[in-house]
Amino acid sequence: MYRTKFFDHVILLIGVFIMVAPVVVAFMTSTHEAADIHRNGLSLTWGGHFVETYETVLTRKGGFTGKITGLNMMMNSMILGLGFALGKIILSMLAAYAIVYFRFRLATFFFWIIFTTLLLPLEVRILPSYEVMNTLKLTNTYTGLIVPLLASATGTFYFRQFFKSVPDELLEAARIDGAGPFKFFIDVLVPLSRTMMAAIFIIMFVYGWNQYLWPTLMTTDEGFFTLVRGIKQILLVWVGSNIPDYNEAFALAILAMLPPVLIVVIFQRWFIKGLTESDK
Amino acid sequence: MTSGTELLPAPRGGTGTDGRRFGALRLFGGKAKGSEEAAKRVQFSSPYLPYLFLAPQLAIIFVFFYWPSIQAIQSSFYLEDPFGFGSTFVGMTNYTDVLKSGEYLGIARFTAIFTTLVTFFALSIGLLLAVKADGVIRGNTTYKMLLIWVYAIAPPVAGLIGMMFFDQHIGPIVELAGWFGWDIKVGLNYFDTAFSMIVVSVWKQIPYNFIFFLSGLQGIPVAVREAAAIDCRSGFRRFWTVILPLLAPTAFFLLIINVTYALFDTFGVIDVMVKDKAANNPITLVYKVYMDGFRGNDLGGSSAQSVILMLIVFVLTIFQFRFIERRVHYN
Repeated sequence: MYRTKFFDHVILLIGVFIMVAPVVVAFMTSTHEAADIHRNGLSLTWGGHFVETYETVLTRKGGFTGKITGLNMMMNSMILGLGFALGKIILSMLAAYAIVYFRFRLATFFFWIIFTTLLLPLEVRILPSYEVMNTLKLTNTYTGLIVPLLASATGTFYFRQFFKSVPDELLEAARIDGAGPFKFFIDVLVPLSRTMMAAIFIIMFVYGWNQYLWPTLMTTDEGFFTLVRGIKQILLVWVGSNIPDYNEAFALAILAMLPPVLIVVIFQRWFIKGLTESDK
Repeated sequence: MTSGTELLPAPRGGTGTDGRRFGALRLFGGKAKGSEEAAKRVQFSSPYLPYLFLAPQLAIIFVFFYWPSIQAIQSSFYLEDPFGFGSTFVGMTNYTDVLKSGEYLGIARFTAIFTTLVTFFALSIGLLLAVKADGVIRGNTTYKMLLIWVYAIAPPVAGLIGMMFFDQHIGPIVELAGWFGWDIKVGLNYFDTAFSMIVVSVWKQIPYNFIFFLSGLQGIPVAVREAAAIDCRSGFRRFWTVILPLLAPTAFFLLIINVTYALFDTFGVIDVMVKDKAANNPITLVYKVYMDGFRGNDLGGSSAQSVILMLIVFVLTIFQFRFIERRVHYN
């Protein structure tokens, strides 16, 4: 028995090492100077240049046009993440409410219209989506960045399942007390959904923050770059230089992963709940 | 035997990297169950309110989903003038051109291999870690936290870190491989680039599979485990004959998710790792759509490829649907 447990721990520790070490190394290396990294390779020790490097990355104007700082990119990422998560929750709660709690003729039709979107991910229709955005003049806008990503039924699905699990008696009671559709939604359903909303918010924020392909297509103006979208630019700038700024690249990578990672770690319970048992 | 589908939370809930696969599965799973999915006993009725509530979602879906999807299908039958002077109907030519092109078939082959390897390794490593984490009592929560947080890292960021570890000058993996006489040249050597892309993509996906397998394992009732432990002393055999079949719905759900991940979500990893020098480097079908559409300005060809990808996704979804339906029936 003791032996098995011992090997279990060994395997888990190797797993943890593989998952964690690359990021720790990335962080530690980002505190060294570029020349130092170029000479000595990646590092597991503290380099002592944390403040300088991160200050440079956050405040120096960079990119090809030289008008965007790391801080700007972080703001853009935040706008995308928050906008996407909030938009998703509002849109999908309303739609799910209509589908579950109302009797109307086209209900089934709309249900299928909405749920067909689950069949085709954005990646398979990038070019026509881009053309549509061009026609609507939405490239290089926050609307163009956020709204098209909302065109999928995931959130609606979560809330539909959740609303269905809400006991019918609640609505009966509310109606006896004279509550109309708005009052029932705001005073009963929204408070009941709080945990659900939190869980979905976390998942959607991480998803929005981590978007890459869509921002890459939609934003050519560096003022709208998100951190994740900016990553490739950083790499392209390096290709020509003698001593690449490894430290700054790592620093940006760390900044780009920090908010979603923090959210997942802090709200781990809700996150796992939202991910694995969204219908409870 | 109790229904595995009923025991385990994962196939009934859960999400793809963005959650999109989850719904399809639930949708069809629910449909197969039939009448128990019926609507509420009491409902509101109003001539305009439901439409008002649905309007925002529907508007966005029509503009940003149906319009581009239809346009993709339409332009796949046309040959667009590269300078924007109209287009001519060419029937299936775009499709035949794509499917006859040796380059496209090569990329399709690579995509298949890439998807298989990423899915296989991400699933098996995730399962191994979940089984071990489920088995230990001490440090369970700590392991869980340390193993899942990589989920939150964006694919291109993972790609950037991967680039460093496979860097010619400073990469520790390159150095390590050097000791064994393997000179890794990412970006120059086709095989080496493919290898590094697979490693990074697997690394990024392990936490997701770990979370689902772990929650699947923890959904197996203690009574079942105890009964199995009495009947069968070998832990290894117990795993294969009792635990794994009970995990099958979770595993199948994850299989589809992982295939979708490898096909689509690895775009960021690939884009960062090949850095626009796709010429001699391995790329996947989605990347090819992007290259042809945005770099090559081949609207028709790119649209035809989009439609082919749509068909692949469709087949995957139907496959998933059939499987779930069958499980529900036989239980």
